[in-house]
Amino acid sequence: MSLLEITDLHIALPEGSQRPYAVEAANLHLAPNEILCVVGESGSGKSLTARAVMGLLPKPHVKVAKGAVNFQGEDLAAAPDARMRDIRGSEISMIFQEPMTALNPVMTIGKQIDEVFRFHAAMLGRERRDRALKLLDDVHLPDPTQIMSAYPHELSGGQRQRAMIAMALALDPKVLIADEPTTALDVTTQAQILKLIKEMQKAHDTGVLFITHDFGVVADIADRVAVMQHGRVVEEGPTAKILSSPEHPYTQSLMAAVPSLTPRPARPRSEDKVLEVKNLDKVYRSGGALFGLGKPAREVHAAEDVTLDLRRGETLGIVGESGSGKSTVARCIVRLHDADAGEIILDGADLRPLGRAALRPYRSKIQMVFQDPYASLNPRTRVGKIIALGPIIQGMSQQEAEDKARELLEIVGLDARAFDRFPHEFSGGQRQRIGVARALALEPQVLVADEPVSALDVSIQDQILKLLDEIREAMNLSMIFITHDLRVAAQVCDRLAVMRYGRVVEEGATATVFASPTHEYTKALLDAVPGKSWTPGSDTFAAQ
Amino acid sequence: MVGFWTRFRRNRSAVLGLLILAFVILIAATAQIIFPEDPFRLAGQAMAPPGESGFLLGSDSLGRDVAAGMAHGAKTSLLIGLLATIVAVTVGVLMGALAGYYGGWIDDLLMRTTEMFQTIPSFIFAILLVAIMKPSIESIVIAIAVVSWPAVARLVRGEFLSLKNREFVQACHTLGMSDIRIMLGEILPNCLSPIIVIGSLMVATAILIESGLAFLGLGDPNIMSWGFQIGAGRTLLRSAWWVCTFPGIAILITVLAINLVGEGLNDALNPRLRERT
Repeated sequence: MSLLEITDLHIALPEGSQRPYAVEAANLHLAPNEILCVVGESGSGKSLTARAVMGLLPKPHVKVAKGAVNFQGEDLAAAPDARMRDIRGSEISMIFQEPMTALNPVMTIGKQIDEVFRFHAAMLGRERRDRALKLLDDVHLPDPTQIMSAYPHELSGGQRQRAMIAMALALDPKVLIADEPTTALDVTTQAQILKLIKEMQKAHDTGVLFITHDFGVVADIADRVAVMQHGRVVEEGPTAKILSSPEHPYTQSLMAAVPSLTPRPARPRSEDKVLEVKNLDKVYRSGGALFGLGKPAREVHAAEDVTLDLRRGETLGIVGESGSGKSTVARCIVRLHDADAGEIILDGADLRPLGRAALRPYRSKIQMVFQDPYASLNPRTRVGKIIALGPIIQGMSQQEAEDKARELLEIVGLDARAFDRFPHEFSGGQRQRIGVARALALEPQVLVADEPVSALDVSIQDQILKLLDEIREAMNLSMIFITHDLRVAAQVCDRLAVMRYGRVVEEGATATVFASPTHEYTKALLDAVPGKSWTPGSDTFAAQ
Repeated sequence: MVGFWTRFRRNRSAVLGLLILAFVILIAATAQIIFPEDPFRLAGQAMAPPGESGFLLGSDSLGRDVAAGMAHGAKTSLLIGLLATIVAVTVGVLMGALAGYYGGWIDDLLMRTTEMFQTIPSFIFAILLVAIMKPSIESIVIAIAVVSWPAVARLVRGEFLSLKNREFVQACHTLGMSDIRIMLGEILPNCLSPIIVIGSLMVATAILIESGLAFLGLGDPNIMSWGFQIGAGRTLLRSAWWVCTFPGIAILITVLAINLVGEGLNDALNPRLRERT
């Protein structure tokens, strides 16, 4: 007997959208005490399916056009709002991707949990408080009494997500919907939250509908998997079966795109040092009085004594969790931020003390690819001009620069006709290609890529990584590759530098770091990689 | 551009505002042709009600034609509104851009200056400035611009603050682009929409301030304006209602029309509101 049964669900999009239905003829069922993972890339309709169950579709444009969501004999798609309000939070509850925005910033955690009880159950204040304390204790939050009176911003991302889970489970719901609950978290935190969800699900016999884009997470947590593409469920089955022998070509291609954790074979290391970073220090200061007088209120040591060296043709990965200082180091190297101390030696010259004018000739030698393909291109400038701008600034003639831009568009796998179009006419992956073309236009020796694929779907990510590899080969580039994803790092980097709290805690050849990490933190990071027991493209996955 | 017009057209009242505004501009542009004579000329019988003695909208206590005054006044109002706004927006954009882009002590200096201007009630400040400089078109434009630019500066500063950390701006830094070029070529085009909207609304405020000044006798004495007409007819409100009423209605409708157009521009240019139904 299923707890939740979605039959022939159609969710209509407003007229004039790319396709008439966001979700088309979806059939899913969820048994009690089971975790069903719905996997898909962005735009596959997985989140809307979850929202349809909760009756939280963005009204009035998007609505259920056909089909039923059967929850214990009741059709939720047709249920009136009053009934849905009863169900939400008590029988079906939900946790969201971004715990900071899902919690009310001006209410204490205790009060927010208390609300769940007040709205759904008749309980005395004292009893409600005891229950809330017990819940916080259940989700392993330290010192529940203190957490009760804390505001969301006083907790870390992982603690906030734990508080969200406590709230969601307050009334022992039969179904828990988790919409990418760990995507915004660091890997080590993600591993803890996944463990917690699994543990809570076992303890409460809850059916969990878990939305994710990450096959690693699926391998870790799911009992069954449903794969969605363009609004359709293309494949469904037990986790072990889907992961080891996927049948649908789309599932196969998705899995083939997941980078393997086995580092790629090592290449010989060149003797030629292209870039050296020595004892780099950077402190962020904020606050202080009028006109910058007085002592800064807050100081963050974002990079401390960072030393790196980059040889010709090699890719150095800087890995670490958010706040580890990896982006700061990248930005100091390309001189977007000014480091406080240390040396950045490129071509025998120290870039750190150079002023803007003195720096200009060096700008072309070191270029950057940014993380967000949507924010990194000026929405009001034509693609051709975006790419040609660099060479023009460095003194190339207009005509030459434009010819070069056309050529580069071809190199990064876009049509030269893209030249006259605006960035918004392109998809995320295509935009990232434009970003790469812009960086290459100046023929740099060093390319600094700051999380270039983390905003992209796996299949696109795979293509961009391949592109970067090809270009590095063809142009004999050296690359600094910032990433939080160890899978990506394993496939791209020759060497790895692991950062934590602004310091490099371990550095070495990728294979060595993966095989025998020496620092505790590196071990913890490697341990936390989701789905480490599963290698894509092989059937070594063992069902847990 | 086509998309912009489609979105603008969706807001019916904005289209109405645009029509009214076009009509006012037409009157102002053809004032010389419809009423070739000087509007200050004593045209005939004093205090003639609308429609009598050849006065379409009546005449005032000295026998000046109210309709002619309104047509010529439209020119004054629109001219001053537009000029003052251009000056205020230019100064405001410059200040805001520098403050937002450079931050630090430049920001502190410029923003404290801005706040100093904002602490003085704008109309009283405008009166003071005109009184000091002696009333003329230039002094009125300067006074209105001086009291209006702080709002623009604050807006532009905010936009620059958020845009300067966007990755596309940082990408320009890595290309070695100069600050001026980044500010003018990259950031400014991306905050044009709010500037256009605040500018359009500012024209309406400027017209109001100008009318207020002229009403108090601080307008340029040689130029006909709506505020001056109202001021002149103020004492006759009970015996000759038309002298005040028609210019008053003209101000009301023009300011309303400009506000409607501003709203429409806001809806059409602001992508966050585009999905609103």
